[in-house]
Amino acid sequence: MNTSRSGHAISADAHESHGSLRTYVGGLLISLMLTAAAFGVVMTSQVPHPARLAAIVVLCVAQLYVQLVYFLHLGSAKSQRANTGIFVCTTLLIAILVAGSLWVMHNANVNMMPMPMSTQEALNRP
Amino acid sequence: MSLDHASHHTDAHDTASTTTVGFWIYLMSDCLIFAVLFATFGVLVGSTAGGPNGKELFELPYVFGETVLLLLSSFTFGAGMLQARAGRKEALLAWLAVTFALGLAFVGMEVHEFVALVHAGAGPTSSAFLSAYFTLVGTHGLHVACGLLWLAVMMHQVVRYGLDGIAHRRLACLSLFWHFLDLIWICVFTFVYLREFL
Repeated sequence: MNTSRSGHAISADAHESHGSLRTYVGGLLISLMLTAAAFGVVMTSQVPHPARLAAIVVLCVAQLYVQLVYFLHLGSAKSQRANTGIFVCTTLLIAILVAGSLWVMHNANVNMMPMPMSTQEALNRP
Repeated sequence: MSLDHASHHTDAHDTASTTTVGFWIYLMSDCLIFAVLFATFGVLVGSTAGGPNGKELFELPYVFGETVLLLLSSFTFGAGMLQARAGRKEALLAWLAVTFALGLAFVGMEVHEFVALVHAGAGPTSSAFLSAYFTLVGTHGLHVACGLLWLAVMMHQVVRYGLDGIAHRRLACLSLFWHFLDLIWICVFTFVYLREFL
């Protein structure tokens, strides 16, 4: 009886963290819609130019979330907690790495581009 | 006897979940490699050295085709995993074969795109922008090619040895790998291709 109960617990857990055909079809449809929307933003003139970058970034993040939940089954389910924790740490590292690189290189580009300026002039810059 | 069986079962379950967590850590280290390549691309995207920029080189409908192939392959792999869990070997092999075909078509389209760029005089040595582009997109393509090799080996193992515990564990890792490549491609088509056409 004990064995059958633990067996049941494992299969319920597996079902919770592995998804079903319904969630896979749902995930596929949502990701296809988000992809079509992202390409639509730049290929049609429905969205005004200043809002386009924000639109594709939002669609990208939404799609990453859909993929993580529907296909990679990340979440707070007991069997997925370790994966989710590692993923959150990696996301933090990526944010520091990418944002930091772009920030540093942008500033280097703006402030240190070679230009016709003598050493003395550079030193006297305000 | 009953207790022994139960503890053995728990051990097997632990090995499987430890393996997937370990594989997930590997994937996250891979994710960091891609983060570095994305950061490099972001820094160098404007350095075209007087050559063509992305807007003049890329064709969005073509990229949309590649994207749909990859998204479909993610779904077919998931469907295959459901068959594996139900113990239906033939159905699993059929879905894996479809996934393989979709992945192969994706790699084929990417190689065709690269060859066309090189022929148009926009090879990886033309500018810093193109070096970063070929490195980032090429690394993703290389991962998909490795995934294809793994898929072929996996199908052979299932045919030869059947759907045992080891096969399930390896399939679980391959499934993480395949879905993860989809995740990277979403960032590629947004930040490499679409961003050029804003």
